[in-house]
Amino acid sequence: MADIELHAIEKRYGDTRVVNGVSLTIRDGEFLTLVGPSGCGKSTLLRIIAGLEAQDGGEVRVGGTCVDDRRPKERDVAMVFQSYALYPHLSVFDNIALPLRTRRLSFAERLPLVGRAFPRRRGIERAIRAEVEQAAAMLDVAHLLHRKPGQLSGGQRQRVALGRAMVRHPAVFLMDEPLSNLDAKLRVQMRAEITALHRRLGVTFIYVTHDQAEAMTMSDRVAVMMGGELLQVAPPEALYRDPQDLRVAEMIGSPKINVVSRAHWAALGGAEPGGLHAETTQLAFRPEDAAIAGPGAGTLGGSVASTENLGSDIFLNVTLTHGAGAIVVRTHPDAPRARAGDPVCVRVEHARLMQFDSQGRRRAALARVAA
Amino acid sequence: MRRRGRAGRIARHVLLACTAAFALAPFVWMISLSIKPPQEIFQADFHLWPTQFYGFENYRIAFTAAPMFTFLLNGLMVCAAIFTLQLLVCVPCAYALAKLRFHGRDTLFAAVLVGLLVPPQALAIPHFVLLYVFGLLDTYAALILPWAISAFGIFLLRQFFRAIPDDVIHAARLDGLGEFEIIWRIMVPMSAPALAAFGIFSVVAHWNDLFWPLIAVRSADISTPALGILLFRDDEAGQFLGPLMAGAAIIVAPLLLAFLIAQRRFIDGLAVTTMK
Repeated sequence: MADIELHAIEKRYGDTRVVNGVSLTIRDGEFLTLVGPSGCGKSTLLRIIAGLEAQDGGEVRVGGTCVDDRRPKERDVAMVFQSYALYPHLSVFDNIALPLRTRRLSFAERLPLVGRAFPRRRGIERAIRAEVEQAAAMLDVAHLLHRKPGQLSGGQRQRVALGRAMVRHPAVFLMDEPLSNLDAKLRVQMRAEITALHRRLGVTFIYVTHDQAEAMTMSDRVAVMMGGELLQVAPPEALYRDPQDLRVAEMIGSPKINVVSRAHWAALGGAEPGGLHAETTQLAFRPEDAAIAGPGAGTLGGSVASTENLGSDIFLNVTLTHGAGAIVVRTHPDAPRARAGDPVCVRVEHARLMQFDSQGRRRAALARVAA
Repeated sequence: MRRRGRAGRIARHVLLACTAAFALAPFVWMISLSIKPPQEIFQADFHLWPTQFYGFENYRIAFTAAPMFTFLLNGLMVCAAIFTLQLLVCVPCAYALAKLRFHGRDTLFAAVLVGLLVPPQALAIPHFVLLYVFGLLDTYAALILPWAISAFGIFLLRQFFRAIPDDVIHAARLDGLGEFEIIWRIMVPMSAPALAAFGIFSVVAHWNDLFWPLIAVRSADISTPALGILLFRDDEAGQFLGPLMAGAAIIVAPLLLAFLIAQRRFIDGLAVTTMK
């Protein structure tokens, strides 16, 4: 269809700035995830794109045209809500059919009793029935069409909400934490189904979540938001391997990235990696980029506080000496087991070490002048 | 422990039974009087059931001596018109106050709350004067129009609408419904129990109202039941107590019947909305 451009979007509620100058281009057909902690403005941004809320500054453009004065229904977007927002008094069929009826039938034809008098209506209703049934079959809810939403399970309601969104073939799908009310197992399953749906429909998806795992597994690109600002927009791998901000590094990845301050790093006797930037104050590394090593130069000393066995991996929670905090080290289950209380030495792969300054900005490693 | 629990339960039931008896006694007495012949009504000794059953005569007089059917029909029409108008006004008002953001909304809502505190009797004279100016006294309009706007209805529905999540309204807007369709197709069906509750209050209040019809209306042919009974009493004071009570029983009956029939539905309606 067309690219969606957000240009310096701002939104205030009273004195609090919820969205603070966000600019972002979402390509046609892309699966973009907005991820961030609750209250970071991501849902508000989604509502602004939908036209449900008006921004206080900036512009939303679709295919180069400003859509700020278009009402939600004129924007050709569909939305799936966290609470599903199904109409409880209508059957599943009527829930899915509603967006088609409002678009194809005139106001008079939609009236409860009078509407039946219009001869045109029967043909349209027949077409609508076919389309609703097709959408329902695609989402595996065809056998539930006569039920009310109250009689469905969480997963089924979610599918009906998806059906209501997709039945009219919108150019853009907006999803506001659609999976957070589901249990863990169903969430993983629906994750796969939504990505499959994206592939099949080939339209733009904008997906809001606070769950970094959803962001990482589903999206083409992830936009990390915090405090109303966009911190970084990148494909998941880049976000994980090459975060430009310490807050991004900490949000993406589970367990969380390890952070050791430069002063502690030196005190611990960690090898001074070549090319430390002058302004670097914090060093960060992923749990898998560290390993347990024998005592020796260039390792961080500490003791194992606890272990978490996930079957495929064992995570060691290590408390560093010198009060440098705690880190997590990923080890292979076949490696020699460490137990709580054991003293250990941790070696960090220097090539994977990331440097951040006091503002949390990423500092590129200098060319290894010293080496 | 268990003994005390049982004693407490018995005490509770005795207390409840006494209160219920207290509330029901006048009603029972009314029914009892409505089936007694005149001479028995004024006898010194009291029986609940008459020695001579005089029900048919009393009820026949009640129906023939006064245009009882006209009264009932008037009551039905006036109550229906009042409730319809109230809905037409209250539902959009309540929606705007609950779900739309605009300047002065809180002030308007405060005005509604103040409106709740004003007793209807206080407005009787201004209403009367207004209706006089427009030449509407002693018409159906005089019975209906002063009640078309109900602050209580706006308040009740606004509170209920607020509990409906915004997401549902957002979804409806994205689905292409206009604001009025959102109101009548989404909000109204979703708040059926609140509407039913408001309906009961409204219909009971105006069916039983005597104060306002007494001021606004004089002709018997547009009298509501309560006023009709009063006119009836004026005609035949004293001796006609039996037929009078029969008339009272007749005007109470429709409300009782309606409640008995609808009772089940009200409870079902409440149950459906709580199961989200």
